[in-house]
Amino acid sequence: MIEGILIGLTTALSFQNIFMVMIGCFFGTIIGMLPGLGPMTAIALMIPITYGFDPATGLILMAGVYYGAVFGGSTSSILLNAPGVPGTVATSFDGYPMAQQGKAGKALAIAAWSSFAGGTLSAIYLLFMAPSLSKVSLSFRSPDYFALMILGLTAIAAFSSKGQFLKAMMMVVLGLMLASVGQDSLSDITRFTFDNMNLTDGISFVLVVMSTFAMSEALTIILKRNDPTAAAKQVSLTELGSIRINKEERGKMYRTIPRSSVIGFLIGVLPGAGATIASFLAYGMERNLVKDEEKEKFGKGSVNGLSAPETANNAACSGSFVPMLTLGIPGSGTTAVMLGALLGFGIQPGPRLYMTNPEIFWSVIMSMYIGMLILLILNLPLIPYIARILAVPKNYLIPLILFFSITGIYVMSFNNFDIYLMIGIAVIATFLRLYDFPMPPLILAFVLGGLMEENLRRSLLLSNGSWEFLWDRTLTVCILVTTILIVLWHIYKTLTKK
Amino acid sequence: MNINTTKIISLLFFIFSAFYLYTAYQIQVFAFDENAPFNARTFPIYLGYAGLFFSGLKLILPDPDTIKVEHRTLEYKKTALLIVIAIIYGATILKVGYFLTTSLFLFASYYFLGERRWVLMFLLSFPFVAGFMYLLHGVLEIYLRDPFLKSIGVMG
Repeated sequence: MIEGILIGLTTALSFQNIFMVMIGCFFGTIIGMLPGLGPMTAIALMIPITYGFDPATGLILMAGVYYGAVFGGSTSSILLNAPGVPGTVATSFDGYPMAQQGKAGKALAIAAWSSFAGGTLSAIYLLFMAPSLSKVSLSFRSPDYFALMILGLTAIAAFSSKGQFLKAMMMVVLGLMLASVGQDSLSDITRFTFDNMNLTDGISFVLVVMSTFAMSEALTIILKRNDPTAAAKQVSLTELGSIRINKEERGKMYRTIPRSSVIGFLIGVLPGAGATIASFLAYGMERNLVKDEEKEKFGKGSVNGLSAPETANNAACSGSFVPMLTLGIPGSGTTAVMLGALLGFGIQPGPRLYMTNPEIFWSVIMSMYIGMLILLILNLPLIPYIARILAVPKNYLIPLILFFSITGIYVMSFNNFDIYLMIGIAVIATFLRLYDFPMPPLILAFVLGGLMEENLRRSLLLSNGSWEFLWDRTLTVCILVTTILIVLWHIYKTLTKK
Repeated sequence: MNINTTKIISLLFFIFSAFYLYTAYQIQVFAFDENAPFNARTFPIYLGYAGLFFSGLKLILPDPDTIKVEHRTLEYKKTALLIVIAIIYGATILKVGYFLTTSLFLFASYYFLGERRWVLMFLLSFPFVAGFMYLLHGVLEIYLRDPFLKSIGVMG
């Protein structure tokens, strides 16, 4: 492990990779600040650029964008009460009231330090947990993997948004259907190509991500007449106040940060849960744990109320890397995009990544520490200025997003058909978004489609076509029981909803 | 009568799943694979049934959280224009080349979205694309096909 850490540290500390973390954090912060444009869009736009680098650098860049976007989301939550990403909604509960009291600078500083501490602590948890889990996951068999993928897809649907389980499941099926287009991996028989040669290799992952996220988000902004940059114009540089945190406030943070980082990390590890649930749970837990007098301050600018979700959402980001790096199964839409990009590099994340590509495995973990530090150093003093940069009119922002999306596909295939297909999928995705059909389940399913079919194939062949493989192994049964519990919990929540 | 669009989408998905399932059954597999426990059509068949199941449930079950979209407030014209420009861009990029089509695409998009600051529009299209091309092609060594620049001798 020490050797791996040193390899990772050497890779992560190379000039190019530090520069990539800085670029990633900066770009992610800007995109994360814009309400409606989340980390998935930011990462999707980065994919074509990452193909110019080696896999470790590419993944480091994407990871930097990821936590930069989560951090950027908190800034718009605090300054504008407009969370850039769902994971920072809970931040606005106490961050915005603080800003209204003239303590925006202090709120930003608390958020920055909490994010830094949450991200750093969870990177330490990841450091110890990932290798152990990699070893454990070597004992996983095809039925376990198949069950785990069912769990991941069900969980992301159940946690996607309130009362939208069936819509999310429809998106899961659609993602799997899109993944089934092209040659069958074993027999090379073409499926659903309708004699179109352009579809023989299947639909490109980058195409699906770009069209369902970057492009359709840009079209949705125009269609709904939203202006994500309008709010940024209201930010006043002179009214932010001091960024100093006093002793009493630090004392409160010392107690909140460790427990919120643990809950954030554990929730992040769970498939489908992610930063949003982690931040809400940490906020709720903190409110139950503090003294009554502090409890009264929740929702009115409490230090604990701001620190808890900020710690948890960043900790969840690191946690979500655990299933991706150790099992090769992404736990969230964002890590699904990263997994897809890694597959594009010809690298299969999973238990053996730790042994076959230690430089990727460890450099990503090591770069997290550097990324958190850079976020703190770079973003805290620069946040008001970054917020002003966001006042770029949408008349420029939207064409630039479309341009990056189309360029991404163009440089990959040099094929008109792919551009038309991308526009077609983006139009359908825009329409589906209007009616609250969530896109992350579609992406996760698209990425997992091939792996899922492969594991089902092996399981069915080994059991001679019998579905007994689902209850032959204790581990498979445990995973399936968890899946059933998630579905039952979701049904219970829906039935008891007022 | 108020038509619930979510139900219409579910119905369309149901029809799509039925078509997908039908096509899945038509997949030609090798003769020796026909009765194998798993062949190229097995997984798609399950997916087809799953699609029918979930969209069917969505159709049958009541929808308490109906999403109401105010179509009058939506900006259909500009969205459609952007899509048309993107299609034209896609149709010409290979023949004309990356630089010219991308610059014109950006310029036209700014214009149709209501921008009229010509100098800024120009700077954020032609020089911007040139800079981006240099980053991709020159620095990152990502190949960019451009017959136009090649014909005037700018690109090798």
